[in-house]
Amino acid sequence: MKYIYDFSFLTSKIHNWFLAHCSSGWTILWEMVIVGLCAITLFVVLGLIFVYMERKVAAFMQFRLGPNRVGPKGTLQAVADTVKLLMKEGFTPQAADMFLFNLAPFIVLSVSMLALAPLPFAKGLQIYDINIGVFYISAVSSISVIGILIAGWASNNKYSLLGAMRSGAQIVSYELSAGLSVIAIVAFAGSMSLSDIVESQRTGWWIFKGHIPAVIAFVIFIIAGTAELNRAPFDMAEAESELTGGFHTEYTGMRFAMFFLAEYVNMFVVCAIGATLFLGGWMPLHFGNLSGFNHIMDYVPPFVWFFGKTFFLVWVIMWFRWTFPRLRIDQLLTLEWKYLMPISLVNMIIVAFVVIMKWHF
Amino acid sequence: MIDKEEIEDLTQAHEEDFILNVGPQHPSTHGVLRLKIKLQGETVTHIEPHLGYIHRSIEKMCEASSYRNFIYLTSRMDYLSAHMNNQACAMVVEKGLQLEIPKRAKVIRILMSELTRLASHQLWWACTGLDLGATTPFFVGFRDREVILDIFDETCGSRLTMDYNVPGGIMFDIHPNFQKNVHAFLKGFKKNLPEYHQLLTGNVIFQNRTKGVGYLSPEDTISFGCSGPTARGSGVSCDIRKWQPYDGYEDVQFNEVLETAGDCYARYLVRMREMEESVKIIEQLIDNIPEGDFQAKTKAVLKLPKGEFYSRVETARGELGVYLVSDGTSKPYRMKFRSPNFSNLSALREIAVGGKIGDLVANMAMLDLVIPDIDR
Repeated sequence: MKYIYDFSFLTSKIHNWFLAHCSSGWTILWEMVIVGLCAITLFVVLGLIFVYMERKVAAFMQFRLGPNRVGPKGTLQAVADTVKLLMKEGFTPQAADMFLFNLAPFIVLSVSMLALAPLPFAKGLQIYDINIGVFYISAVSSISVIGILIAGWASNNKYSLLGAMRSGAQIVSYELSAGLSVIAIVAFAGSMSLSDIVESQRTGWWIFKGHIPAVIAFVIFIIAGTAELNRAPFDMAEAESELTGGFHTEYTGMRFAMFFLAEYVNMFVVCAIGATLFLGGWMPLHFGNLSGFNHIMDYVPPFVWFFGKTFFLVWVIMWFRWTFPRLRIDQLLTLEWKYLMPISLVNMIIVAFVVIMKWHF
Repeated sequence: MIDKEEIEDLTQAHEEDFILNVGPQHPSTHGVLRLKIKLQGETVTHIEPHLGYIHRSIEKMCEASSYRNFIYLTSRMDYLSAHMNNQACAMVVEKGLQLEIPKRAKVIRILMSELTRLASHQLWWACTGLDLGATTPFFVGFRDREVILDIFDETCGSRLTMDYNVPGGIMFDIHPNFQKNVHAFLKGFKKNLPEYHQLLTGNVIFQNRTKGVGYLSPEDTISFGCSGPTARGSGVSCDIRKWQPYDGYEDVQFNEVLETAGDCYARYLVRMREMEESVKIIEQLIDNIPEGDFQAKTKAVLKLPKGEFYSRVETARGELGVYLVSDGTSKPYRMKFRSPNFSNLSALREIAVGGKIGDLVANMAMLDLVIPDIDR
């Protein structure tokens, strides 16, 4: 298969250049450093973009203007916010468990960083093409609940503790249906590697090829993903009108900013997975036999497709947040265990049947 | 009703009890109310409201002011229905002086009352959305409220605590633009009201959060002394505007809104439909403001005859009673306010115990508490 935009020549060029100049051990080390720096840069840039985007989307929904003072059209507002948070005092409550209190934001932040690893941004542009990519992401993203639980417990605040417990119950429950809806696509594609899954959508995205089961899986994935992100209408862990801020009530300054940043990067990761599994990742939009149209679409760079789809899903999740009221904790768990979970189980069986009968395109 | 044994002292709480102080600084207490709640997991098993964080002894201050001046202290009780508070105080003085106020003043008072009620309910709707976790209703509600406040600003010179009533009528005549602006507001609000229903009333999550939550039986409503939309949501008819019409409410056509379900959703619907009724009242009166004086002639220093006087009005939250004892001097001997929020708050324990923390917040939102009115 030949693609117009193939980044593997670039990455292999860098790899060969390093190999020519130093031993293989040093090569891997240097590459890790470069990739790490790229990931951190992406992380920060995404955080800034999402904060600005969220505020503009909220303003759009609420007939306001949103940030428009700092920088052209308010684009530097997020930078100004970051500077403010950096300058603020990092306050620690006296009765808090100092070590765990300081550790929790780093756990949450590094987990969302880890989940970036297997995401394919374009052909050949992937940090680590692990053969169990989907499984890896499911496993890694569950760790963030530990960070939140630690934060809630170590703050020594009753509101924080309640928020952390809620978050624990919520993330553990919603992992299930998120995982089951992902498995549907794994069954369709016959692989757990994210790059293989993207490759399998060359002829059409799974949401089109997989008939109704894929659509159901997609809807469940978006709902469960929103819940795992702790975002409204599932923001039980924060619930500012009930718990005054939930697990991060006691956090200030940069440590709070880390939770904040982690939330936005998690949002990116969830939406990127959704885009990769269901909407074809970096694959351009193709329609059956319209070869002229398909050929034009091929010229759009793959990372434009990838980020376009991801940002569309991000926008949908923001739309949820600024429209819906919050659920109650028992309603939240009822929704998962009585509705989403059985539906996704049945859906998975249907998917298996469809795959065996080869009914999908 | 709660049994005597159930009302236990929370100071004797056991080690394993999870006691949470909601307030005095908490986003959904709308002020400085403090609730000491006992939790079993997420379930609220006991509630103990603590009052007095914003007590300013308004009643005592009234006793130190003249009959003309004390009216304006009451704007600071229930600041969202400031006009109705002033109206009740002006009415009690008029009762004492046996003053007949001009028709024009009466009509303008009713118009202002209903506009205040609308503004209050819009703010309540906005904050209800916020309490239940939806942010956008806040801006929708405030958009329309702002128009009303601008109308107040033009006529009365201030937006919230208008201080427009005097014993004998109103302080000055309406602004020439008043009628035009009210018409413009009504047109805009009638167009926007369906948006309110789209955003919250029909929402599945909202209905799940409010339907069947916080049931208050009609018997409890009466025994707690609840009034206003809180009582009418339980099917208890208690609208003072109907039962004891004042300032010409007997001449306007409107319905008392009643719902029988007794839950949060019923209280919500009562307020939503009350907004429509208020619009109806304003529409009847706005083009029929009689000509004439806006103030009856009164002496410079008012002196009430010896005796007790009582007046009551329907504020946006329920029945406000003003009890005044006069000893014949130029200052009240004793003032007492029967504030709607205090009685409504007493029902909180009955309706919120046994629910989740989220229900407690929903219940407080639907009681529409204004804390300065509780403490005074």
